[in-house]
Amino acid sequence: MRKIGKQEIEDIAVGAALLGTGGGGDPYIGKLMALQAIEENGPVTLLDIDEVPEEALVVPSSMMGAPTVMLEKVPSGEEAIEVFSKLEEFLGEEIYATFPIEAGGVNSMLPFALAARRGLPVIDADGMGRAFPELQMVTFYLDGISATPAVIGDEKGNTALLSTIDNVWTERIARASAIQMGGSVMNAMYSMTGKNLKESGIAGILKLEEEIGKTIRLAKDNNVNAIQEVLKTVGGFELFHGKVTDINRKTETGFARGTASFEGIGDYKNETLQLRFQNEHLLAQTDKRLLCVTPDLIAVLDAETGLPITTEGIRYGSRCIVIGIPCHEKWRTEKGIETVGPKYFGYDVDYTPVEELVRKGETE
Amino acid sequence: MRTYRIGIDVGGTHTDAVLLDRDNKVISETKSSTTEDVATGIYTAMHEIITKANISREDIRYAMLGTTHCTNAIVERKGLNKVAAVRIGAPATLAVKPLVGVPDDLREALGKHVYLVRGGHEFDGREIVDLDEKHLYKIAEEIKGEVDSIAITSVFSPVSSDHEERAKEIFQEVLGKDIAISLSAEIGSVGLLERENATILNASVIRVAKTAADGFINALKNEKIDAKVFFGQNDGTLMSVDYAVRYPIFTVACGPTNSLRGASYLGDLSDAIVVDVGGTTSDVGVLINSFPRESSLEVEIGGARTNFRMPDLVSIGLGGGTIIRVKETGEFTIGPDSVGYRLPEKALIFGGDTLTTTDVAVALGKVELGDASKVAHLDKVLLNKIYEKMVELVEEAVDKMKTTAEPIPVILVGGGSILLPKELKGASEVILPEHSGVANAIGSAISQVSGQVERIYLLDEVGRENALESAKSEAKSEAVHAGADPESLVIVDVEDVPLAYLPGNATRVRVKAAGELKRNVK
Repeated sequence: MRKIGKQEIEDIAVGAALLGTGGGGDPYIGKLMALQAIEENGPVTLLDIDEVPEEALVVPSSMMGAPTVMLEKVPSGEEAIEVFSKLEEFLGEEIYATFPIEAGGVNSMLPFALAARRGLPVIDADGMGRAFPELQMVTFYLDGISATPAVIGDEKGNTALLSTIDNVWTERIARASAIQMGGSVMNAMYSMTGKNLKESGIAGILKLEEEIGKTIRLAKDNNVNAIQEVLKTVGGFELFHGKVTDINRKTETGFARGTASFEGIGDYKNETLQLRFQNEHLLAQTDKRLLCVTPDLIAVLDAETGLPITTEGIRYGSRCIVIGIPCHEKWRTEKGIETVGPKYFGYDVDYTPVEELVRKGETE
Repeated sequence: MRTYRIGIDVGGTHTDAVLLDRDNKVISETKSSTTEDVATGIYTAMHEIITKANISREDIRYAMLGTTHCTNAIVERKGLNKVAAVRIGAPATLAVKPLVGVPDDLREALGKHVYLVRGGHEFDGREIVDLDEKHLYKIAEEIKGEVDSIAITSVFSPVSSDHEERAKEIFQEVLGKDIAISLSAEIGSVGLLERENATILNASVIRVAKTAADGFINALKNEKIDAKVFFGQNDGTLMSVDYAVRYPIFTVACGPTNSLRGASYLGDLSDAIVVDVGGTTSDVGVLINSFPRESSLEVEIGGARTNFRMPDLVSIGLGGGTIIRVKETGEFTIGPDSVGYRLPEKALIFGGDTLTTTDVAVALGKVELGDASKVAHLDKVLLNKIYEKMVELVEEAVDKMKTTAEPIPVILVGGGSILLPKELKGASEVILPEHSGVANAIGSAISQVSGQVERIYLLDEVGRENALESAKSEAKSEAVHAGADPESLVIVDVEDVPLAYLPGNATRVRVKAAGELKRNVK
């Protein structure tokens, strides 16, 4: 158990953006919400997953809807509290703690804003270990944990309790309600027990995010290479160093899809990297070979500062280092790969772990 | 009848001024030092070009000023108005209160009268809740005599500004018509916190802008010139004094824009990369249709995040006064520090003791300046290496700004532009136009008048064609209202961005129209 204050929030936001692999939206609003809540209510208690009782009721705090709406109609902060209260009422049980549903963007920050205001602890675990765009793309789903009963709510005080037959219906009904509520809502979904979370969640994600953020922040002062330090922290691999030469994006079925090309610099001279993305960076390959593919993580970092670059932020001429990070082993199961592997996103390659791809590249 | 115009641009180091004739030919130009109070530098420069030009003063009809008064006031937190920041949007938005993300000292200066009022709209124009008019009346009574100006920001006001307008009526009813009121819908686009910051900053520099405008008009009067005065704004177009005093925040980035626009005119190109080499840094920007390409990133002013459209620039630490340091091993560094405006005393060629980029260029015979014999003893092989590295820095910056690998023309402007070679990697040609040293003042003088509109349309209801047409005609009438000649109006920018995850095909449409200044607007 320890306390999370404003500096920790700043660091976690940077780490979350890196593990968010280009997606997850702008964490800026979420960060400000967390900072204000901590300023007004004091630091948040962070629990290790071992500190959570088996039978405790735990619920992630997240949002759903259009990120653009949230940038204009900023939440009141009450709606996240209200959906938790309504869910407690329905379940007849008190919520013990909250946690992030994913790493990356606004959702990595919302649990802290809620926790500070409601006096709840945050658990150091999430359901992805990275960011993914769809509701069922959580490790909880792999173990058959239902998203419902769930409550969504708006700032006006409206809430809707969803009790659905499966997660597809949850998504459908929740989206329709979210639009009536003004385009962006807070969720209390995927409620579970401490035991569920220990078995199906990914532990230690916030600590890792904080370490990444701190590493990048301190690299300059300590005169060390931020990216090499980050690679040590996350156990990742440098995949490519290059300059963006082409970027081709289109918005399709609600996703920002596209491809970015990088021309090699230094050791990678005369090589070209293709990076494919759909909200998140999902596949990296050169003319010769595959370098890394979802569910393993691909992060694009500014070659100078080491700061992560989002898919929207990739621009012609940017000098970047592309890194690959092994995903959590839960995603490497048959059902995991079926849910979030290359085939699901429409890429015709077989999943191979990034460390194997790197080893193969070295022996060639 | 002869008509002349004055263009003035205030930069960090220099205040540049030009006098142009009807055909935009340069009659006289000057570069004088920027003074601490800004105003004195402006008057000195103006006096110089008028005296030099030898024309009759009544023929000077227009005077365009691009100034840093407001930028400086915000950055230094000096002379700011006492502002009431009123946000309409509760119960939404309470999770991030006004000015939460801005630096503490600015929050301290501007955050004394912050109010959150129930009201605001949804993305589709529905009301979140009714506007709390009672609360507004109460606030009006509270701030009576306490503040100089009011900044009003309502949620989704770019979709519906009804609540902002109504709030304005209430404040005027209680406080009188003279109180300065800034409405966010007239200042920024979607993105509440950024738009709110911009609106609050706008309200805070109204007095500064008024002083600057009055001072400039008086200075003209003292010179016996009766000219119509315009202010340059961020997008490279002009606004009248009336408008500038209401929306001073639009002047904060006019400097780089003026230099890009001036380069476009001098180089006679509408699409090119512009490298503006100053004393300390070089700014590289991109011209598209004779206007600067705008940045898609949030821009910070005095540490506060805003959603203004600013020219997309990369700045590198390479200027005419940049200091070169050579180690005993033969390794060297270029900058990032500079002797700046002290080049005429510090550089070797002027008898000083500091090796600068200008010395390198002179020693290699790239430029004739100062006393070349003072640098004749330097190692040419090393100097060539340094020069190559300088050029490489510029080439890298040019490459960063390109959107494709295709070579495109590069225009060099600014006092230090003479240092650079006639060929650059990635450039189809390198143009160093005449008068390039005062391109920014020329850019200020030749500015057009524009109007811009940004709205969210539900395309399923209105249709894309109708939405674009309605936005275009609104932008045009804005431009005419600002003083543009309707005959010369062109639409210079159209952008429509679908908003993800929203029904009805909600799309943000932004249109800008620009035209020549209407003549004889007396």
